[in-house]
Amino acid sequence: MHIQEELSQRHVLSLTVSNEAGMLARIAGLFTARGYNIDSLTVADITPDHGVSRITIVTNGPPKVIDQIIAQLDRLVSVHKVTDLTEAGPFVERELALVKVAGTGEDRIEALRLADVFRAKVVDTTIESFIFEITGTTEKVDNFVALMRQIGLVEVGRTGVVGLIRGKEPV
Amino acid sequence: MAEKSGADILVQCLVDLGVEVVFGYPGGAVLPIYDALYNHPTIKHVLVRHEQGATHMAEGYARSTGKPGVVLVTSGPGATNAVTGITDALLDSIPMIVITGQVPTQLIGTDAFQEADTVGITRHCSKHNYLVKDPAKLAGIVHEAFHIATTGRPGPVVVDIPKNVQIATAPFIKPGPVQHASYRPQVKADAAGIDAAVEMLAAAERPILYTGGGVINSGPRATELLRELAAMTGSPVTSTLMGLGAFPATSDQWVGMLGMHGTYEANWAMNQADLIIAIGARFDDRVTGRLDAFAPNSRKVHIDIDRSSINKIIDVDVAVVADVASALEDMIALWKQRGHEKSDLSAWWDRIDGWRTKKSLSYPEDGKEIMPQRAIADLYQATRATGKDVIITTEVGQHQMWAAQHFGFDEPNKWLTSGGLGTMGYGFPAAIGAQMGNPDSLTICIAGDASIQMNIQEMGTATQYRLPVKIFILNNEYMGMVRQWQELTYESRYSNSYSDSLPDFVKLGEAYGWTGIRIEGPDDLEAGIRRMIETPGPVIVDCRVAKLSNCFPMIPSGAAHTDMLLDPRQIEGVMSDEAKALV
Ligand SMILES: Cc1ncc(C[n+]2csc(CCOP(=O)(O)OP(=O)(O)O)c2C)c(N)n1
Repeated sequence: MHIQEELSQRHVLSLTVSNEAGMLARIAGLFTARGYNIDSLTVADITPDHGVSRITIVTNGPPKVIDQIIAQLDRLVSVHKVTDLTEAGPFVERELALVKVAGTGEDRIEALRLADVFRAKVVDTTIESFIFEITGTTEKVDNFVALMRQIGLVEVGRTGVVGLIRGKEPV
Repeated sequence: MAEKSGADILVQCLVDLGVEVVFGYPGGAVLPIYDALYNHPTIKHVLVRHEQGATHMAEGYARSTGKPGVVLVTSGPGATNAVTGITDALLDSIPMIVITGQVPTQLIGTDAFQEADTVGITRHCSKHNYLVKDPAKLAGIVHEAFHIATTGRPGPVVVDIPKNVQIATAPFIKPGPVQHASYRPQVKADAAGIDAAVEMLAAAERPILYTGGGVINSGPRATELLRELAAMTGSPVTSTLMGLGAFPATSDQWVGMLGMHGTYEANWAMNQADLIIAIGARFDDRVTGRLDAFAPNSRKVHIDIDRSSINKIIDVDVAVVADVASALEDMIALWKQRGHEKSDLSAWWDRIDGWRTKKSLSYPEDGKEIMPQRAIADLYQATRATGKDVIITTEVGQHQMWAAQHFGFDEPNKWLTSGGLGTMGYGFPAAIGAQMGNPDSLTICIAGDASIQMNIQEMGTATQYRLPVKIFILNNEYMGMVRQWQELTYESRYSNSYSDSLPDFVKLGEAYGWTGIRIEGPDDLEAGIRRMIETPGPVIVDCRVAKLSNCFPMIPSGAAHTDMLLDPRQIEGVMSDEAKALV
C-alpha cells in the first residue's frame, strides 16, 4: 500500500486575532494537529492598545483543504476575522530578507550589480562581505538568494510574508 | 468596595450561573476553592474516585439535563487525568466547564511540584481555555467560559487558576451579559439557504432526513420541529449514534440508525436518496463508509452551527450555517408560506419497505445461551413497562452498538454514549452524572466486561451519594468489538482481546455495598432484569451472554453502504491492506 497525495495551491491568509497568551500556539497547533502546511507565518500587534494582532500565514493545499483551514481558523474563539487574500482579490504581499554574501574582486562587484537590479540595499559591509536588505514577493527574494548562492551566499534571514488587499478598503 | 478572594469569586460566579452540582477531586492546588465550597448551601460537590470519572459524570449530567457540567480538579495529575473526558466532550459537543488548580504564578515554568502545562495540554482538546493570572479578571473569565461552553457548537472550556490567584483578593462586581470581541456563533441561517432547502425538499422524490447529535444539542424545541418537519414532508428519518432519541423510534417514518452498524434500510435509503437533509450531523467516517460511493445520486443540504463541519468530508449543494431549531423553524415557516403539500412518496416508501423485509437486526438464537441482542431487547421491554423515565448510558464496544440497535428511544437526552472519541470508561460515570441530574429516573449503564473495568472505582461514588444507578454488563469474556475485528480481518487471531482474570462482579458489587445479580442463562434473563429494576439502590448485573456473537449488520471499513455484511457467513477473515489501514 502507498500513501496518495493531492495537488496543492499556495494561499496567503490574513487573520486578525486577540493579542493574548498562547494565541500563536493555538494557530500553529491547529495546523500540526490537522496536518495542514505552514510555509510562513508572521505575527505582530497592529492596534495602539496592543489588543489585536495580524497573523499572515502562507499555506498550501488542495482547494477543499484550504476551505477547511479557513473554517477551522475562523472557529477559534479568539480569531476575529480570516481573509484568504489569494481569493479576496488583488493584494500586495511582501517579505523582507537579510542576505549575507562573502567574496572578493569580481564577485563583489557582481553582487553589487545584482543587488542594484533587485533594488536590494547594503546594510552592512566588510572588505570581504555584504549584508543586503531586500523586500519583495517571495519569488523575488527566492530569485535574489539563488543568484547570490552562485556568488558566495553565507546565510539568509527572512521575515515571512505580510500582505494587504489593494484599494482603499480594509480586508 | 469589599474585596473577595479568587476562590470566593469563583464560587460566587458558579452560584450566579446557576450551578447546582460540581464533580471534583481535591488536591493542594485547589484547597482554597474547596474551602470556599465547605458546607456550601446551594452547590453540591460530588467527590469522585478518579478525575476521569468526574469529567464523564459532568458529561452525563450535561447530556441528560441540557445544563453545562462542571468539574473541579487539582493541578498536575488532577488535570492530566481529566484530559480524556475533556477530549470526549469536545468530540461529542458537550457543554462542560473544567476548573483546574495550578501552581502559584511565580512557580509556573519551574517544574514545580504537581505542575503541568494545563493550558498547553488542553489547548487542542478543549473548545477554549484560560490561564487566569489576576483575580480581578476571574469573574469575567468564568462567565465567558460558561457562555462559550454552552453556545454555538457546545464544548468543554478549561479555566486554569493558580493557587495564589485563588487566595489573592479583588473587587467583585457581578459581570453583565458577555460581549465577546470575536466569538459570535451564527444562530440564524441566511435566507437563501433556507429557500433552497425548502424548494429541494418540496421537489424531492426520494428524500431522507439524516439527523445527528446537533438536534439534541439545540434543545427540546429542535426535536419538536424535527417531528413537525418529518410529519409535513412524510420523509423517512435516520440518525447517527449521537442523535438517537431526537426522533421517536416508534414512528413509522423511523428507519433506524445509519452507518457502520446501522440498519439495512437506513443505509440503502441514504444510498438511493435523491435528497439528503443533514441536520446537526457531520458525515463522520462511521456514517459515510466509502466516500466515493456515498449517496452517489443525491443532492445534499447540510444544516450545522459549525461552518467547519460543512464540506469537511462530503461536498454539499446547500450549506445552512445555523442552530438546528432556528433553521427548522425557518424551513417550516417557508414551507407553509409557499403552500407546499406533502408529496406522494409512496414509491419511495415501497422501496424502503422492501429493504425492511431483510430484517437486518435479526439474530440467530438457539435457546441455550443468552444472545446479547435478546438481553437488550428484553431490557428495553422491561424498562418500558415500568412507565418510568429511563436513561441509558453505554460503554464502548459491541454492547454499545447492540444497545443502539435494540433499545428504542422516543425522546432526546435519554441516550448517553461516547460517539466521537469512543471512550471505554465513559458509560458508568456518565450514568452517575445523569442520575445526579435526574434523581427519579431509572438510569442504566449498559456495559461490556472490559469497558466497565475502566472506571469501576466510581462504584464508591454511587454508594456515597446513594445514587440508585444500575450497571448491566453484557459479559462475553472478550473485548468483543476487538475480537470481532480480529475475526473479520486477522483470521481470528485473537491477540490480547480475551478478558482474562475477570473479577466476580457480584462480589465486587457487594464489596461496595451494592446489590449484585448474576444472570447465567436464558431462563434467568427476565427475572434478573426485573430484580435489577425493582431493587432499590445501586445494582450491578453480570449477564453472561454468548461469547462469540458478532454485531451485524456491518459495513466493513472502506466499504460502501451497499456492501453491508448481514450475517456471519459473509465474513472472509482477511482484508486488503487498504481496508486494514482504515480505523
Ligand atoms: C479507552 C479505550 N481503549 C481502547 C479502546 C478500543 N476498544 C474499542 S471496543 C473495545 C472492547 C470493548 O470490550 P467490552 O467492554 O467487553 O465490550 P464488548 O465489545 O465485548 O461489548 C476496545 C478495547 C477504546 N474504545 N477505548
